Order: sequence, then C-alpha cells, then structure tokens
Amino acid sequence: MAVMTYREALNVALREEMRRDPRVFVIGEEVGLYEGAYKVTQGLLKEFGPQRVVDTPIAESGFTGVGIGAAMVGLRPVVEMMTFNFAMLALDQIVNSAAKMYYMSGGQYNIPIVIRGPGGPAHQLAAQHSQSMEVYFYHVPGLKVVRPSTPMDAKGLLKSAIRDDNPVIFIESETLYAVKGEVPDDPEFIIPLGQAVVRREGTDVTVIAYMGMMYRALEAAEELAKEGISVEIVDPRTLRPMDTETIIGSVRKTHRAVVVEAGAGFAGMGSEISASITECAFDDLDAPIERVTGENAPMPYARNLERAKTPSKEKIVDAVRRVCHAQGS
Amino acid sequence: MPRKVLEPRFSVEYLSILDSDGNLDAALEPEISPEQLQTLYRAMLLGRRLDERMVRLQRQGRVGTFAPIKGQEASQMGSVFSLRRTDWMVPSFRETAAMLWRGWPIEKLLLFFAGHLEGGQPAPDQRDLPITIPVATQLPHAVGLAYAAQYRGDDVVVMAFFGDGATSEGDFHEALNFAGVWHVPIVFVCQNNQWAISVPIKKQTHSRTLAQKALAYGLPGIQVDGNDVLAVYAASRDAVEQARAGDGPTLIECVTYRLGVHTTADDPTKYRSEEEVQEWERKDPLTRFAAYLQKKNLLPEGLEQEVDAEIAAAVTRFEAAAAADPLRMFDHVYAEPPPHLVAQREEMRERLRSDNAPPEGEPHPSPPMRGQRSTSRWRN
Ligand SMILES: Cc1ncc(C[n+]2csc(CCOP(=O)(O)OP(=O)(O)O)c2C)c(N)n1
Ligand SMILES: [Mg+2]
Repeated sequence: MAVMTYREALNVALREEMRRDPRVFVIGEEVGLYEGAYKVTQGLLKEFGPQRVVDTPIAESGFTGVGIGAAMVGLRPVVEMMTFNFAMLALDQIVNSAAKMYYMSGGQYNIPIVIRGPGGPAHQLAAQHSQSMEVYFYHVPGLKVVRPSTPMDAKGLLKSAIRDDNPVIFIESETLYAVKGEVPDDPEFIIPLGQAVVRREGTDVTVIAYMGMMYRALEAAEELAKEGISVEIVDPRTLRPMDTETIIGSVRKTHRAVVVEAGAGFAGMGSEISASITECAFDDLDAPIERVTGENAPMPYARNLERAKTPSKEKIVDAVRRVCHAQGS
Repeated sequence: MPRKVLEPRFSVEYLSILDSDGNLDAALEPEISPEQLQTLYRAMLLGRRLDERMVRLQRQGRVGTFAPIKGQEASQMGSVFSLRRTDWMVPSFRETAAMLWRGWPIEKLLLFFAGHLEGGQPAPDQRDLPITIPVATQLPHAVGLAYAAQYRGDDVVVMAFFGDGATSEGDFHEALNFAGVWHVPIVFVCQNNQWAISVPIKKQTHSRTLAQKALAYGLPGIQVDGNDVLAVYAASRDAVEQARAGDGPTLIECVTYRLGVHTTADDPTKYRSEEEVQEWERKDPLTRFAAYLQKKNLLPEGLEQEVDAEIAAAVTRFEAAAAADPLRMFDHVYAEPPPHLVAQREEMRERLRSDNAPPEGEPHPSPPMRGQRSTSRWRN
C-alpha cells in the first residue's frame, strides 16, 4: 500500500494499463504537453509518445467520435473531457453511437472506450461548469457509469473500466483530486464495476451517498453517533450497473434509508435508488425514504450561494433524524 | 505594411469524362478492363432494380421506411469500386448499391429494413460499419478507423459517405479538421444530390462548391460529375491511392441528384418541380454508362432479367424468414448481459409464453406483492 492522492491514483492506473496493453491510448484536449487540465495525465506523453497520448483540436464530438471509431476496430481509447460539463457537445456520439453500436451491429462492433474527467459541484465554477453530469448518462442502456469516491476506488475502478468491453463513463471530481488515501501497489489490483461498498457500518439507518456527498455523510454520521444514532453508509461506486443488492441488504438491516445526491434532485439518482428500495424492501421500512439533494436551480457563482445550494452536513443530519423519529439535541 | 493580400491556394478541380449524351473525353478515360466495366455496370443496375423493388415492397408494407438511391448509382459505385476488400466503407443511410457491392446479401438488407437486428450485422470479415441515422456522426468514426490504421501501421484506407446536408453539421467539419491535422488515410465522399429533404443546396451553404470546404482544412477537394461513373471512379481511385501512399485525405464532391423520394415517408412534389426532375432524368447515370458500353460491345443480353431474377430469389428467401424474436433485443446491449437484463428477458419470455396461450389457459402469473419482490428488475 502506498499513500497517494486521488489524482496520482488515476495517473498510476492509466500508466499501468498503458504499459500492460498497447491498445490503450489517451486522447483529448491538453492531455499531452500540458499533462491534463487537472494533471491527471502527468508524464504520460514522455513515457508513451504522441501516438498514444494525443492532443486534439477543441472538438468534443469529434474526438469522442474518433475514439468510438478506433474502439470499433479493437483499440482501447481513454477519452479525457476537460470537464464533463463539456461532454454535452459529445452527447450524440456517446448516446447514439457509443451506447448503440454494439446493439445495431448485432454484436459485431463493441466499443471498449472510457470517457473520463471531472464533474459534479466544484468550488465557485458556476452554472455551466459545476454540475452533476452523471444524470445524462446513467439513463442510457449500453453505458456503464462510474463515480469513484476514494483514491483506491479511483485506481481500481479506472483499471476495470479500461479493461471493460463496454463504453464506460467515468466521472471524477475537481474537489477530490487532492484527497489522499491508501492505494494498493499491485498492478493487478482492480475493483470490479457494479459493486457497492459499505463505508461505515451502522444499525439504525442506511445513508446512500457517493463522491463529495459520501464524505459529508461520514461527517454527519460522526455527529449523529454522539446522539446515539448509528449510521451505515453505502457508496454505490458504480451507478450503472448498480449494486442494488448491497443497498437493499443494508436497508433490510437498518429499516431506514436516506439517499444523498449533489445534483439538482428531480429525476435524479435519489429517485432511482428510492424506487428500488420501495420495490424490493417496502415491508422492511420503518419510515418513508428521505432524499437530500441540491436545490433545483443552476449552480450559483457566489461562494455563499453555492454553499446554500449544495447538500450540507446539517441537511443530512436533519434527514436522518427525521427518518429515525429523533428530536436532535 | 499593415494590410496585404495573403494568397492561400484556392482552386477546385471539376472532373467529367462521359457526358449525358455519351460523349467521351478519351484523354481522361480511366483504365478499366472490359470485365470490370461489365461488373461495374451490373452492380449499378442491381442497385437500381433493387431500389425500385424495395419501394414497392415498402408500399406493400413488407419493409419499413428507407432512403432510396435512384439516380445516385454512379456516385456510389464509382467510389467504392476503387476500394479493396480490406479497406473500410462507412455509409450514411443512402448507400444500398455500395453496401451490396461490399458484400451485404440482398436478403440481409431487406431483413434490416424489415426491422430484424441480424440485418444490420456485417459478416465477421466484412469491413463495413452499419447504417447510421444522425446526420454526419459517422464521419468522426471513420477518422477513428483511419487513426487506428495509422496507429497499427495497417495498409488500410477508409471511405466515408454523406450527403450535401451533412456538410452543415459540426461533425463533418470536426472530422475533416482531425483528418487534416493527423494526415490519416481517408477519403470523404459527399453525394451532393441537391436536396436535404426539402432544403435545396442553395439554402444549405453559400459556398460555390462543397469540395472547396476541404481547402479550409488544408486538404484537396475535387468536384466530379456524380452521374458519370468514369469520373467518380477516376477521382476515387486517385484519392484512394494517395491515402494508401500516406499522402493524406481527400474530399470528393459528387454532383448528382436524388431522382426519387427522400425516404418512403416523403412526397417531393411538395417542394420541387417536375421539370427539375425531368432535367436530371436526362442525365441518368445508367443510360449514359449503358451507351458507353454499347459502343464497346460490352452490354450483355438479358442482363436486366438476370438481375431481376437474383432479386426475386432473394425476396423469396427474405419472405421465408421467421418473424423477429423479441427476446433478441437483450442480446447486444452490453458485452456481457448484466443481471437486470437477464431478469427482464426472463420476465418477457414468461409474458410471451402466456400471451400466446389459449384464452382458457392459465392466468398471467402476477408479480409478487409490492415491496416483496425477491429481486428488482433493476437488480445488478
Ligand atoms: C443530426 C440529424 N439531424 C436531422 C436529421 C433528419 N434528417 C434525416 S436525413 C436529412 C437530410 C440529409 O440530407 P443530406 O445530408 O443531403 O443527405 P441525403 O438525404 O440527401 O442523402 C435530415 C435533416 C438526422 N437524421 N440527423
Ligand atoms: Mg442531399
């Protein structure tokens, strides 16, 4: 085990997979000489050269489409989006080509592509640059969607994504790149897609949260522990395919659930997870499920407004108290 | 000197070899063996006759909506004829003749347009992409194939098809730009059939030619008489050779005309005149090529009947195919079926079985009570 940042963990994952498999190449804006807008591709150009670390013109649809074409003939492109907010320019390529080509060709052309980059609320990046973008992708049959919360997950899941034979949307976070954690050195260490993890064991209520919200839920759990409420935190890690089994298993144990998401809420991940719990474990519930989401407005620029829009530790604490019928201190 | 004239190279070649009256510019005549000329003509004729037959099949409800090619046979066949089997062909949605030439069996195309998934499945050794609907989105894929060829050092050229309307899409410009910057082995073939549904070329662009759009990306562009199969072939052969030699991409604009409907769901009399259509009928690519072959004594007797018989036999095989199996919709969503799709597939299988049962048969198995299902349809 080594202690490294989330950013370094991603970099190591890319490096190891590029060494392991000559079909893997990185393509996107500023990934070469500049080493990535967030320095995730540091040192890769030097080690692998410009054919495998490709700086492109500014054209998200174009380079995503190029990646899809190269994937059809067996290469394994890792496409970097400078941020996922800009992936909207490539949405047709992702939804109508990457996700459909395997199906439309009757299984002849699968698309082993990874599209990665940061997304979700960040610090004062405002309306067009600070959004939870996963909602645009997890609805689509044919795509897999990953949101890794820790350095270990970042490495293990990115390696799995690169080895996966399907298109994988892999959304990191500006706010997590500097987070440090233990990461296994073994180049064969991977975390399979589609497996949730219990971040904290508890007995009274299940909180489902990922990325920055998972850390906020951990803080909330600390505070609630002082009130005698024992919180279990489940991090789905992969949103599609989702490990509902682990989520349901936890709810069957605690009989209460709170789903936290950073995005604007309506028809979000919280809705989907709540519906799954209701379908599978309605009779196990002792209280209605609560959703804690961002407000349903574009992300403001001002720091105080940004803070007010995003789910806070206090909101999570309140929601947990409500489902536990607790008064709070 | 604050203001001066820069002189970027700006000229676009136009190529025509065999005019609509069958006059030949012998100096430009490409070298094609008599057997190849006959093969080429047969492929164009097959494209035309199948197209006409398919329109009738559609009117009878035996195939679904499709985009006819009538009038564009020379543009398609002249270009793909210059490819090797090991090269790649990337179609849009109006390349039936080219697809037949590349090895799609007739009945497979019919199955495709009747909605069978296997109709879109190229043979394992066939280097063709499936038909794509969102206009111009196939062009970056084509550049990706060419990039992969360059990456691996494969001796492969990619040929990508699209219409005049597609040149207004961002993906067209992005693809040409990438191809230029990377110098990959690709030939872009624009079938300028004058119309994008009801929008004429004049409303699509203020450029005098579509070929000149290549110049902005540092690529050669050439305009050819797209109803002259010899001109299309000569330009394509040169472009393919150039790409193969590592000398980069080319854009070929084939000036042609869609004689038929945009798709079988369209009525063109609403937006274009009968005189315009008649004017282009006089420039028919098949008539002109037939006259050329006739002069060379290369037009075989009974070719039309032979081609029609081939089509009829394929239609019979197509009609004999069993109805599409609904369960197949789950086959190729993911490379490995995730549990929730396996569950949905099983549910559908049950449902189909009981739907097919006689009315006095067993009642539908009802799903477990809410909140008591052992698994979710979404369980993964
Ligand atoms: C992205 C996108 N926008 C709109 C359409 C609807 N549409 C289908 S064909 C077509 C016209 C295309 O014209 P052109 O590129 O000239 O090709 P042609 O049909 O003439 O072969 C349009 C607008 C589409 N399929 N995709
Ligand atoms: Mg057109």
